[in-house]
Amino acid sequence: MYENMEMRQVFGNLLEELMEKDERIVVIDADLAKANGTMNLRKKFPERAFDVGVAEQNMASVAAGMAAYDFVPFICTFTPFATRRICDQVAISITYAKRNVKIVGTDPGISAELNGGTHMSMEDIGVLRSIPNMVIFEPVDAVQLAKALPQIVDYEGVVYIRMFRKSFPLVFDMDYKFDLFKADVLREGKDVTLYATGIMVKEALEAADELSKEGITAEVINVHTIKPIDKETVAASARKTGAAVSCENHNVIGGLYSAVAEVLINECPIPVKAIGVQDHFGEVAKIDYLRKKYKMTSQDIVEAAKEVIKKKR
Amino acid sequence: MDRNEILHLEDKCRHIRRLIIDEIGKLGVGHVGGSLSTVEGLVVLYYKVMNIDPKNPKMQGRDRFVLSKGHAGPALYAVLADKGYFDVSELDTLNKPETNLPSHCDMLKTPGIDMTAGSLGQGISCAVGMAKASKIKKDNAYIYSMVGDGECQEGQVWEAAMLAAHNKLNNLIAFTDNNRMQIDGPTGEILGVDPIEDKWKAFGWNVFSIDGHSIEAIYSAIIEAKKSTDKPTMIVLNTIKGKGVSFIEAMGAANHSMPVSEEQRIKALEELK
Repeated sequence: MYENMEMRQVFGNLLEELMEKDERIVVIDADLAKANGTMNLRKKFPERAFDVGVAEQNMASVAAGMAAYDFVPFICTFTPFATRRICDQVAISITYAKRNVKIVGTDPGISAELNGGTHMSMEDIGVLRSIPNMVIFEPVDAVQLAKALPQIVDYEGVVYIRMFRKSFPLVFDMDYKFDLFKADVLREGKDVTLYATGIMVKEALEAADELSKEGITAEVINVHTIKPIDKETVAASARKTGAAVSCENHNVIGGLYSAVAEVLINECPIPVKAIGVQDHFGEVAKIDYLRKKYKMTSQDIVEAAKEVIKKKR
Repeated sequence: MDRNEILHLEDKCRHIRRLIIDEIGKLGVGHVGGSLSTVEGLVVLYYKVMNIDPKNPKMQGRDRFVLSKGHAGPALYAVLADKGYFDVSELDTLNKPETNLPSHCDMLKTPGIDMTAGSLGQGISCAVGMAKASKIKKDNAYIYSMVGDGECQEGQVWEAAMLAAHNKLNNLIAFTDNNRMQIDGPTGEILGVDPIEDKWKAFGWNVFSIDGHSIEAIYSAIIEAKKSTDKPTMIVLNTIKGKGVSFIEAMGAANHSMPVSEEQRIKALEELK
């Protein structure tokens, strides 16, 4: 049912349904409601969907104040402004004070495309991952987002939703069973594990197809929730395959690679290669160009997989 | 407000100041100056104005207070203890390990604290969020908040100011503890915030500027503020940092966070008799 729909449209529609059922939900934007698909909510919910203007730090603390009044605010902006720009408000007003606020960042990493380096958050997961009690969720497609949102509302605590906002090919079908705190084994394999999140899941699946042509079976795991990471699933696969590649649309410092490595160093030390942004800023360009330039294609994953397999003891 | 009531609340202010000196003095160091300057504002709110129940700190529809200048926690703790939110003896635990009374206010620890604050500029935004929430819930509550004059150097304060005015949050009544001092020196020398009244007016607020140590003036200003139909109110309390203890007042900005010796504690308590 979500084919050819933009993620932001699905997001807006889902919020509308949830707001009808749950009077606690409020949606706050900082002048990006049109960009994020939340503008229409204001027609139906003129009090509970509103704009604070270009003032993200105020948005975060206002949401914390509303949460102290038992509302469940969703604050929405682009990923860099939802995280690095308002890190202290997120840390203190919201998370230190244990306020039930959901933080929505859109256009993660290279998906900011023509907005360029200023708007490309390569560090947002790293920034938030070091804040205690933070849940960090990155949906792969509209189906996963749709399955996740009700669970995120039910979960009492801060959740960061790192959301691609335009059309994205569906990876999941509607029968998919989702658990916010459980990583998904999308494909089983025995030679190498590909841990992937967000837009890199599709690349990882294509890499697995490619590898199978050469007789290599890759296990593909979608770590949709990077914090708290599902240690059991991550470690179990590592024990089985003995080599891994992490695939993320983020700096390899602080994001999925770091999170996976932190688990494996204790549970099952194996060779791991990191596909992602290799510790540099972004730049203006379309996503396909940047994916190639930053070596984040399925072919790059294939090569990394072969390298780690060679390093197996 | 009749004469007797004013006298009673003035006595209460002296008592609260004694509690503040005692709680910080027994520890030996703390935010003395900016706690003492807030006392009349807090006393008028908690003993005369606010709809609250110390036996039911989370009462639905209650009025709320956000101490945005969260470092004045010791003053608010003294008031809350005296009101019966917790035992007065707990004030002796200020800033000691495992205490419920940390330097800066924490809603998860202290009964009666409505919002965590301390990273400056954030509390007033939280209060705006509460005022907005109260409007949606239509519970007719008033939201009170207090910022410092130094705190008004934070850009976030003015983001909050714009949003409150834009949303016509007449249920928000805020105070500026305008004691004209900040950690590094007189506010006017570090980064001037004057004319503070004109700034708030320009941001669309209903503004009063009064003697921040006058019970009667504070009460009258709040009564006037409640007549506002479409604007939030800022009451600028012109105060003295360290008010009530002459040798602390004389220290100026140095009393922001200061050591308090046993001798000084006793001397201050003498003066506050």
